[in-house]
Amino acid sequence: MRHGVARFVTGFLALPVALYLFYVVWPFAQAAGYSLTDWGGYSDSQRFVGLDNYVRLFSDELIRKAFWHNVFFLVTVPLFTIGLALLLAFLLNVGGREDRAGIRGVFGSGLYKVIFFFPQVLSLVVVAVMWQQIYRSDEQGLINGLLIKIGLVDADNPIAFTADPEPFLGIPAVLWWLLLIAVWSGAGFYMVLFSAAMQSIPKDIYEAAILDGAGRFHTFFKVTLPLLRDTISVAWVYLGFIALDMYALVFVMTPSQGGPNHASEIFASVLNFTAFQKGQFGYACAMGVALAIFTILLAALQLRITRRDRIEY
Amino acid sequence: MSVTPEKSDLSRRTLLQRAGAAGLLAVPAAGLLSACAGSEPSKSDSGGGAAKSKDNPFGVKDDSAVKVVVFNGGLGDQWAKEDTVVFNAKHPKVTVNMSSTQKIKTEEQPKMATQPSDLVMNSGADMMDRSTLINEGAIEPLDDLLTAPAWDGEGTVGDSLLPGTVGDGTQNGKFYVVNVAYTVWGNWYNAALFKKEGWTAPTTWDEFFALAPKIKAKGMAPYVHDAIHGYYPRWGLFASIWKAVGKQAVIDIDNLKDGAWKADGIVAALQPWEKLVKDKLLLPGKLNHTQSQQAWLDGKAAFIQVGTWLKNEMAATIPPGFELTLSDYWSNSGDKAAKDVFAASGEGFVVPSKAPNKAAAKEFLRAILSKEGSAKFAELTKSLASTKGSGDKVQDSALASANAVVKGGSSDLISVKFPDFYADLDKESQNLSEELFAGRLTAQQFVDKMQAAADKVAKDSSIKKQTRTA
Repeated sequence: MRHGVARFVTGFLALPVALYLFYVVWPFAQAAGYSLTDWGGYSDSQRFVGLDNYVRLFSDELIRKAFWHNVFFLVTVPLFTIGLALLLAFLLNVGGREDRAGIRGVFGSGLYKVIFFFPQVLSLVVVAVMWQQIYRSDEQGLINGLLIKIGLVDADNPIAFTADPEPFLGIPAVLWWLLLIAVWSGAGFYMVLFSAAMQSIPKDIYEAAILDGAGRFHTFFKVTLPLLRDTISVAWVYLGFIALDMYALVFVMTPSQGGPNHASEIFASVLNFTAFQKGQFGYACAMGVALAIFTILLAALQLRITRRDRIEY
Repeated sequence: MSVTPEKSDLSRRTLLQRAGAAGLLAVPAAGLLSACAGSEPSKSDSGGGAAKSKDNPFGVKDDSAVKVVVFNGGLGDQWAKEDTVVFNAKHPKVTVNMSSTQKIKTEEQPKMATQPSDLVMNSGADMMDRSTLINEGAIEPLDDLLTAPAWDGEGTVGDSLLPGTVGDGTQNGKFYVVNVAYTVWGNWYNAALFKKEGWTAPTTWDEFFALAPKIKAKGMAPYVHDAIHGYYPRWGLFASIWKAVGKQAVIDIDNLKDGAWKADGIVAALQPWEKLVKDKLLLPGKLNHTQSQQAWLDGKAAFIQVGTWLKNEMAATIPPGFELTLSDYWSNSGDKAAKDVFAASGEGFVVPSKAPNKAAAKEFLRAILSKEGSAKFAELTKSLASTKGSGDKVQDSALASANAVVKGGSSDLISVKFPDFYADLDKESQNLSEELFAGRLTAQQFVDKMQAAADKVAKDSSIKKQTRTA
């Protein structure tokens, strides 16, 4: 590179890098530093306590509970979101009839794309407020109101949704109801992502497969899915991040932010309570750092497992 | 006991801040930036320095500015703007920079260690934990405010306050929190409806359980309350314990005394609530505060338990002819303190230790607690202020009924301190109250679990212990 160009590029990069270092990397370092202290968050005095906070983390029952709830989301959010997104993408792109012009999506697929993508343009808060009305637990709620009208639900015993800690398949019901929202709001985006990836698969591959007598089922599993491997892998990592967060939904939708009675407690809600209500910022920082390490390891592992030779087309 | 609800539970800005604070995506610690960054100690003086006099006991300097942050919840913020007028009448050259918010902690906590506001109204669901503030030395003791002369009356500021106000704001022997509102809790009903139906408002549980079938026959639920925020149902439980077993039992609970929750009579005191749930006297559905209050206004339920901010909070949707009337929590015959009512000062102001103009902050408090300021407060909010006589000139049936409840009670007020003392116990007791009212716990199980939670806090050496004497 010529000297002048290097200077030009550096000039442009210096500011963003400085901002990134100051506003992103430095707070990380600070949080890690605070995690080794007993700082309470409201004063400028703090005592160095070494790894005490991390030791405490392992014997904290609430954290353990929150951890397993996060693991639940970590498994289910990517699984259901990607499953649903793939199904929709397949139907919209290659699920329709075939004719001389090739294979198309189901009738009206352009409209469906817009509809399914729609949740993505709404802010998370709007989504949560909307679902509060959908989930409202009396006859004014959208779901309860409908079900009470048609007699499927007893008006004296409406569905409690996110205030319901009773286990379903061993998992508190409130987590399943939150999962539904997460999948609903995420599937549209990944559908578009997968659609784009599918459209970049050459049509002749499909036609060849069909000529060889492959049905739709086989085309999907033997042709589409393997060729989407890279995209799905990336989606899985992203959704993993979202599953480890889930804070906004828990914060807005559940009683006592993590309730009822800790039934929807997640890492982030325990962290928030510890820092801002109990005033134990040092310990809360340790939780944050532990979560960061866990997330990074998970992402690395994920990308490693799914790495394979790329098929060029 | 200064927790009042907000008008709405979230805003986009705070949600995003919180989401950041609690760890968004792969950067769980990013949001702590706002809380952690820049904790360079900054020196501050009291902000006073001018000559002190009866009209200026803290020596507020002319041409200085004071930053006041008001919680804009159930009581609104108009009353505080009126206080600015009162303040400026005596100190025309001091600039008051007032802002109001519902997210006190989100906005003020990050500034506490470095550049705090001068006066912060620490209230609402998003309030800063009081014990933490005191333990960390983040707020200023205000004992000198109590001994300062009253703004526009005889005697000192301390003399002008309603009973309990100084005690409510005192911790570890020092006065830290200036509660400006006086809240009475109890069971609200619509007096007009009761008159029309020929019902008498019950004073005991027996009378309530006798009336309940008649209410149900009219297609109404006898009782409703916020089932989403655990501190709403908890008030009733506290009131019943205090009334039945007496003050000492609650003091023991607050002091984490061994086996305090297992004291004789506590389970029995809570059993009427258990029966209320078991007999399906609650309105079905898990409604939040405004939803449940609206359901009550819509005539879906006969009684609702909540504090005296109710009228102001629901002002826009109260149907014509609806007479909001407060009655005391129900008692049982044989209760030790049946006449004690649940009332407390609330809506607490604090002065951060690092505030640049503490003198003006205290002076502003003196203005808020003045006769003129507190009368405006009562007039605008339809709630009592913590200054004596604030509601005397206000014509309002809801306020009058609250006044009557207080006047009909004994001199002792029901107050429970442990939620202010210990965040863990606060959370557990809210959770367990929700569980009791969801019918998933019996009174006995509730008491057992509360005892276990209290024992856990008592043993936890990372939690600083507090004591309550009276």
